[in-house]
Amino acid sequence: MSVTTAPGWNPVRQQPNWLVRLFDWKPFLVFMCMLPAVGLLLVFLTYPLGLGIWLAFTDTTIGRSGRWVGIENFEFLFEDPLFWQAVFYSVFYTGVATVGKFGLGLWLALLLNNHLPFKSLLRAIILLPWIVPTVLSAIAFWWIYDPQFSIISYVLVDRLGWLDHYIDFLGSAWPARWSLIAANIWRGIPFVAITLLAGLQTISPSLYEAALLDGSTPWQRFRYITFPLLLPILAIVMTFSIIFTFTDFQLVYAITRGGPVNSTHLMATLAFQRGIPGGQLGEGAAIAVAMVPFLVFATLFSYFALARRKWQQGEGND
Amino acid sequence: MSEAVASAEEPRATATVAPEAMSWDSRARRVVVLYLPLACFVIILLFPFYWMTVTSFKPNAELYDYKTYNPFLIASPTLDHIYKLLFETAYPRWLLTTMTVAVCATFLSLLSSTLAAYAIQRLRFKGSQYVGLAIYLAYLVPPSILFIPLATMVFQLGLFDSPLALILTYPTFLVPFCTWLLIGYFKSIPYELEECALIDGATRLQILTQITLPLAVPGLISAGIFSFTLSWNEFIYALAFIQSSESKTVPVAILTELVSGDVYQWGALMAGSLLGSLPVAIFYSFFVDYYVSSLTGAVKE
Repeated sequence: MSVTTAPGWNPVRQQPNWLVRLFDWKPFLVFMCMLPAVGLLLVFLTYPLGLGIWLAFTDTTIGRSGRWVGIENFEFLFEDPLFWQAVFYSVFYTGVATVGKFGLGLWLALLLNNHLPFKSLLRAIILLPWIVPTVLSAIAFWWIYDPQFSIISYVLVDRLGWLDHYIDFLGSAWPARWSLIAANIWRGIPFVAITLLAGLQTISPSLYEAALLDGSTPWQRFRYITFPLLLPILAIVMTFSIIFTFTDFQLVYAITRGGPVNSTHLMATLAFQRGIPGGQLGEGAAIAVAMVPFLVFATLFSYFALARRKWQQGEGND
Repeated sequence: MSEAVASAEEPRATATVAPEAMSWDSRARRVVVLYLPLACFVIILLFPFYWMTVTSFKPNAELYDYKTYNPFLIASPTLDHIYKLLFETAYPRWLLTTMTVAVCATFLSLLSSTLAAYAIQRLRFKGSQYVGLAIYLAYLVPPSILFIPLATMVFQLGLFDSPLALILTYPTFLVPFCTWLLIGYFKSIPYELEECALIDGATRLQILTQITLPLAVPGLISAGIFSFTLSWNEFIYALAFIQSSESKTVPVAILTELVSGDVYQWGALMAGSLLGSLPVAIFYSFFVDYYVSSLTGAVKE
């Protein structure tokens, strides 16, 4: 690197002008460097967060600024069976989808950690569901779940003969709920698999050799080597996954829009429905604020996982 | 599940030891525990894309008739759906809007997060680790709880229905992510290089532009492509802040403009999804190594 600076090096140090000196003054430079990022985040993240909490205590509607109404919105929501249904489905959706994503993702990561031909190509293909816009793949799932022309029903009924009627995936509450969870798991597997694969690759092979010499079974090697060493990265990936599954919006909005009969509303979709098309901004904000305790819980989980061991490398996002 | 994990785990552990230990690990066993599940995973993960592609090139007669035509194949491919999409809807316009928004938001967040990451990681001011933590926490605030207050803000600022609203709000989730990624990247660049430059009389800004940034190019590319992909995929803000048909982004427009009435135009919908996914997929295929390396945290030499 010093080669590039050598030709320009001048034994007589020039006195730089005031602007250069200002930018070399550390406090000013730090301020200038932090300004764009911190400014953007304060204006478009911290302020709206506070505003959202304030809105939750008002009766704001679209086009009319609200009055302070105390906890009226929350009182209303507590008596609203639809809200409780959304809370239930959010927790259920997050729980089942997380178990599914991590079970299958870990399995896929372990498979990919073998010596395989075309390994990088395989990794590239596997990451594809995560790259493609969620809404667009959700529309594909919508078509796959079509009551009349579902390809899954076609295979099960006409090809394999396992069922005698077409499945009505999105027509009634529970099939719709499970269909959405399946789509969410499908989308989440690549991210989990690729990040856990990164964690797996940091585990030293000599540990496995030592365990093999000691006569360990495969299950013991997984339980006492792979799993404990994977735990820090697993905890972080899981926190992210839980947060973004819990606050998921796109998938449900694209496939069912909360239907049939509001049975698949997540808290985010309910907040949107009440807030934007419904115009009840205050009530929508109250639903959004009700998500915060769950997120704080997940964040604390992440923080303590981090405190136990610093994360070693960057992961992705959801 | 646990048994499956354990058995899948086996060949890898043995593969790392000497070849003679692998003798019991027969070929048939490897096929069953490794290639078969892997093939299932790949087929399931790719099937929706295959189905999307097949549907968008099928004529309507075939699309709704599984009895006479095999639904997995196309008997007479047609470009009707794509033609309809490109010339009878505002699809090119939506693509252009999405592209503009994604590029501007990426540029804005890359610029601000590079500076922030440099300040946090290299200038090491007092309390810098707390700022770093705060930015990390900012990433944990999901758009779903911000869109309602942001919608009121956007409305008050007079940005409603304008792509500028999206360009300004997308950095809320891009900046924390990019900063976090770049802090990790800057950490991997030896600090001695900067010390040498300081001794040679370089100013802090010269160090940033001439030493740190050129070395961090792979990290910048990773952050850039992630931001681009995330902006392209963003949905809830675009849905809440944009009203008029012509300034919608592709994901929103397909869902709100193409889904009309009770009869869904599945051919056109799938063609729209396919075309909307293609730019990201192509982009991704060019930079796939950067994606994977930033996910796997490759260390800069």
